Amino acid sequence: MGILVDENTKVVVQGITGNEGTFHTKQMLDYGTNIVAGVTPGKGGEEVEGVPVLNRVKDAVDIYSANTSCIFVPPPFAADAMIEAADAGIDVIVCITEGIPTLDMIKAVTFIRKCGAVLIGPNTPGIISPGKTKVGIMPGHVHKQGGIGVLSRSGTLTYEVVDQLTRVGLGQSTCIGLGGDPIVGASFVDHLRRFKEDTETKGVVLIGEIGGTAEEEAAEYIEEEFDKPVAAFIAGQTAPPGRRMGHAGAIISGGKGKAEDKIHAFKSHGITVVLNLGQLGKTALQVFT
Amino acid sequence: MKIHEFQAKDLFRNFGIPVPSGKLATTPGQAVDNAKSIPGPPWVVKAQIHAGGRGKGGGVRLVRSLEEMSKAADAILSNPLITPQTGPAGQKVRQILIEEGLDIDREFYLGIVIDRKLESPVMIFSQAGGMEIEEVSAQHPELVLIESIDSAQGFMPYQARNFFYALDPMPDKKVFKEFSATMTRLYKLFLAKDCSLVEINPLVLTKSGSVVALDAKINFDDNALFRQKEIAQLHDPYEMDELEVKAAESNLNYIRLDGNIGAMVNGAGLAMATMDIIKLAGAEPANFLDVGGGASEEMVTNGLKIILSDERVKAILINIFGGIMRCDVLARGVVKAAKEVKINVPLIVRLEGTNVKEGREILKNSDLDFSVAQDIEEAARMVAKQVS
Repeated sequence: MGILVDENTKVVVQGITGNEGTFHTKQMLDYGTNIVAGVTPGKGGEEVEGVPVLNRVKDAVDIYSANTSCIFVPPPFAADAMIEAADAGIDVIVCITEGIPTLDMIKAVTFIRKCGAVLIGPNTPGIISPGKTKVGIMPGHVHKQGGIGVLSRSGTLTYEVVDQLTRVGLGQSTCIGLGGDPIVGASFVDHLRRFKEDTETKGVVLIGEIGGTAEEEAAEYIEEEFDKPVAAFIAGQTAPPGRRMGHAGAIISGGKGKAEDKIHAFKSHGITVVLNLGQLGKTALQVFT
Repeated sequence: MKIHEFQAKDLFRNFGIPVPSGKLATTPGQAVDNAKSIPGPPWVVKAQIHAGGRGKGGGVRLVRSLEEMSKAADAILSNPLITPQTGPAGQKVRQILIEEGLDIDREFYLGIVIDRKLESPVMIFSQAGGMEIEEVSAQHPELVLIESIDSAQGFMPYQARNFFYALDPMPDKKVFKEFSATMTRLYKLFLAKDCSLVEINPLVLTKSGSVVALDAKINFDDNALFRQKEIAQLHDPYEMDELEVKAAESNLNYIRLDGNIGAMVNGAGLAMATMDIIKLAGAEPANFLDVGGGASEEMVTNGLKIILSDERVKAILINIFGGIMRCDVLARGVVKAAKEVKINVPLIVRLEGTNVKEGREILKNSDLDFSVAQDIEEAARMVAKQVS
C-alpha cells in the first residue's frame, strides 16, 4: 500500500539526457525504481544508464506501459512536458523543475486535472514509498518503510523531518513534496484524502510553511473528516512580510499566509503542532504511539 | 520583481490605460522645468520608491505654484522617506514624478492578482478606492468585489458589468465603456507581461467624466523574467540592500533581517525553520540564506562571505542536511571559505545526512575554530549562547 506510487510504478523520465535527469535516473535505479524509458525530443534511440531514450512520452506509454512521469525539463519547456505526459495517459506526473512561470502552471494544472492525472510539484523533491519506489531526488537512505505518511512543501526540511522519524523508529508509508511554488498540482487535502483510504498509513506528519492558505484548509479537513493522528510543523515564524523566502510560494502577502495564522488554525482544530523542529521526532513518537 | 510607479504608468500608456500627464525629475530645478510643460497648477509631486504608504510619509504632495514645486521636490529628494513599509531608516528618494493635478469626482480600486486556491487570476474592484484594500476587505468585505478569470475565456464583458452595476450610487452609464475597456486592457497587460500583481489605487473618475489611473503598481513573476527581457531591465538595484544585490549576483537566496546571528542553510524550508529555531533559543537571525538544496562548494564559500560582510553578525550557524549533496563536499566548502575570508566571530556547524562522519572528520582535522553541534536544537542553543 502507500499512496500513488508503489512496486507497480513504471517511470518515464522526461529530460533524461540532461545533467540532473541522468544523475537522478541513476540514483532512482539504485534505489530500485522501475524506470522503463526516458524522453528527450530529438535524442530517441540513445540510452542513459541502460534506459532507452524516446522522442515522445506517448511512445513510453504505448510501448513500455509507463504510468508515472518524472520531469527534469528546464522551466521554459516544463509546462509543455507536463501537458504532454497528461495527454499521453500518464497517471502520476512528478515535476521536479523549479522556476516555471505561474501563468504556465495555471494552464498546465487545468489541463492535467481534465485528464484525470495527479500532478506532484512543480519545484518538488518528488514522492517516495520507502522500500518500494522513489520518483524524485530525495536521499533514499534516510527513509524507512513504515506507517507514517509525510506531506511537505519543502525539500531539505522534509529530509530533516524524515531522518528524525526514522531515528525514533517511525517508518514512512509515502512521503510527498507538494512543491514550493504558488500553484502546485495537488494540495495537502488532496493527499490527506488518499492517506485516509490507505490501510498502511497510521498517521500523518504535515510540514507547512508561510504563504497561501493550504495549511488552513488542511486543518479544517482534518478535524472534520480525517480519522488518523496528525502532527504538524510550520516553517517561517520569523519570516518578514512581503519577501519571497526562497520558494516562489513562500511569501506573506496582503496580511495572508502568516505562520502564526497557520499554527493557530491547526491548534484550534485540535491538531498537535511542533514548534521546535528539534523536537519533531520525539513529539511524533508520542502522537503516533 | 517590483518596479516604480512611473515605469508602471509607461506600461499602462502602452496598453491604452489612461494615466495623468507626467514627467520624471531628479532635481528640484528639473521638477520646475518639467512642470512648465504639464497642465497645471495644481501639480502633484510623487516620490518614486517601491515601498507603499508614500502619502503617509510625506512622499506625495500637491503644489499650487512653481515655487511650491521647488520646495516640495527639494524636501522629498533631500531626506530619506519613512513610510509604514520602509522601516525606521526610511528609503532615499532618487527620482520624483511630476503630474498634473486632476479634478476628482470618485475614487475606486482595481487590481488583478493570482488566487492560489482558485488557481487563476482574479480581478478585484471596489468603490472604496484610495484606502488599503486589505483594510477595506477587513472592515467592509461587501465593498470588495471579485471576479475569477478563466484562462481559456479571458476577462468577459459580463464581469465588467458585474462590477459596474454594483456601484452605489451608479455613475452615468456613459462611463461604463471606459471602465470596461480599462479592465480588459489591464488583464491584457497582466497576461502579456507575466505580472503577479497589478493594482490601480485609486482609479479615478474625474469631474469631466474620464476614467484615469492615478496610481499604478505592478509586480512581476520572477520565474517568467527569462521571457520578459524588457521588464527585467526595469529592475532598480538601488531599492535593494547592497548585500542582497551581491548575493543575487552569486545566485544565492539571501534576505537581510534585523538580528545578529548569521545563518547559512541548504534549502529554503530548512533555512526558514533554522531562523525559527534560532529565535526559539532566544536570539535573532541576521538573515535568511538558502544556498540551495544541492549546494556546491562555491555557493557555500560565497554565502559565508556575504554573511561575514554584515558587520552586525556576532555569531554564525551553518546548518546543512546532506541529501544528494554529500556532507564531506560541504565540509570542504566551509573549510575553503574559512581560509579565503577571515572568520572573526564564533562559528557553529551542524551537519547531518549523507557522509556525515567524513564531513565532521574534515571539520575536526582543519585548523579552523569550529564548534560542531550534534543536532539542530543543540546548534541553536550553542549559537544563541554566543550572543546572550
